[in-house]
Amino acid sequence: MNSAVADGFDKDPYVRNHPHAEPFWRAAAAGRLILPRCRSCGRAHWYPRPFCPLCHAGDLDWIDATGQGSIYSFSVMRRAKPEYVVALVTLDEGPMVMANLVDCDPQSLAIGQPVKVRFVPTPEGRHVPAFTPAG
Amino acid sequence: MTIKGKAYIAGAFEHPTRHAPNKSTAELHFECARGALADAGLSFGDVDGLFCARDAPGLNASWMVDFLNLKLTHLDSTDTGGCSYLIHVAHAAEAIAAGKCKVALITLAGRPRSEGMATGTMIRFAEPDLPNTPWEVASRPTIATLYGMMAARHMHEYGTTSAQMAWVRVAASHHAQHNPNAVFRDVVTVDDVLASPIIADPLHRLDCCVISDGGGALVVVAPEIARSLKRPQIRVIGCGETLSTQGAGYADLTRTGATVSGGRAFAESGVTPSDIKYASIYDNFTIMVLAQIEDLGFCEKGQGGRFVADGNLISGIGKLPYNTDGGGLCNNHPSNRGGMTKLIEAVRQLRGEAHPKVQVPNCDLALASGPGGVIGIGHAHSTVILERV
Repeated sequence: MNSAVADGFDKDPYVRNHPHAEPFWRAAAAGRLILPRCRSCGRAHWYPRPFCPLCHAGDLDWIDATGQGSIYSFSVMRRAKPEYVVALVTLDEGPMVMANLVDCDPQSLAIGQPVKVRFVPTPEGRHVPAFTPAG
Repeated sequence: MTIKGKAYIAGAFEHPTRHAPNKSTAELHFECARGALADAGLSFGDVDGLFCARDAPGLNASWMVDFLNLKLTHLDSTDTGGCSYLIHVAHAAEAIAAGKCKVALITLAGRPRSEGMATGTMIRFAEPDLPNTPWEVASRPTIATLYGMMAARHMHEYGTTSAQMAWVRVAASHHAQHNPNAVFRDVVTVDDVLASPIIADPLHRLDCCVISDGGGALVVVAPEIARSLKRPQIRVIGCGETLSTQGAGYADLTRTGATVSGGRAFAESGVTPSDIKYASIYDNFTIMVLAQIEDLGFCEKGQGGRFVADGNLISGIGKLPYNTDGGGLCNNHPSNRGGMTKLIEAVRQLRGEAHPKVQVPNCDLALASGPGGVIGIGHAHSTVILERV
């Protein structure tokens, strides 16, 4: 059994089509947020590429992120039942991530509010980052 | 090399339908092409260049070449979403300037209304092989939530209000009352917009454009052909195009590609925003009009809310008459792509053929501008500046 099978996302087409990102999904399945950071320019980027899209030079390391960030913007999808919140979260490491805001009262959210990561399973098998108000 | 003055828009046609369940998309393309060629005084046999985007059936424009049975020397299938047709005008001008063709036909048609498409509230662009989808699709972003996030951020940074955004719709409705083909012809107030249900915060239903079947077409020709026709001569004098990305995680959601495409179009044309008599500005959502007005240079960044308020976009009242057909918000958004109708109304204004109630007096300089794709995921942008000779 390879690691993808062990982590339950071996059939997830969003994983299988992008082999370079498998370390991310394996970490996510274990509840860890890791980010690609360039050894040359030192910056983290999002969404993960197999190269640095900021300087197009250098190799990447996967680094452990703090999992902390703040809300750049958000919108409550009122036409869906149940409603859900789509957000862009600026991570402490710099890049902005699209994710749901979960376990929160949508009415209490504000741009700039601190949030922290938690992982939610997808129907396809991988776990994706979502965020919840911090503290 | 510049395209300034190297090509003219000789034909323009907006299909009158807004609901076409009994016609194929290909047939609508044909009807639009026929209408624009008749408007120009040309025939299908004159066409030597075709420009189609992904709304045309087939994987590229070649299916339409066969369907229409054209004999071409130039073909362009560029697709950048809703602004494809603005970019097609630029590319047609380039092709004509380079001698690749003399009569370029640009067509758009589609039937999202008949097909029951929930354009703004469904999950789109979910294909697993796209590089971005594994990181986005699970959070179920819709077009409405993405532009909602744009609006929320603009409000946060610049103090823009929902009432200011509503003025964009109010102005469009004032124009649409005179358009018998418009989907919505009732004049609305700011309070009406604010009282309509929220689709995705902070966007109300009336902040969103219509979903309509239909289409349109343009004929772009070489100068000597324009001079041989009986129509007013509408000259292409400046074009710009760009693509805004996610910036690998470092994007500014309040800024549209109009900063780049408008800047290039103004530079090529040699005119400035204050010279523009009429502007067609792609209005998929009210916030996009407000932001593009800033990014095109009609006002300072962050002042768009104040600029659009109090009727400043209403023809005959405000400083910048815009979308005098009612725009995508009230008139038409065929195939979920607004670039074509923006160009058509700009041509009407320059010819003096807009509805008399909304016609801008002595309109000799107009701009058409708009995005394609989706803000925050990746959006193209194009601006075209036109002059009546």
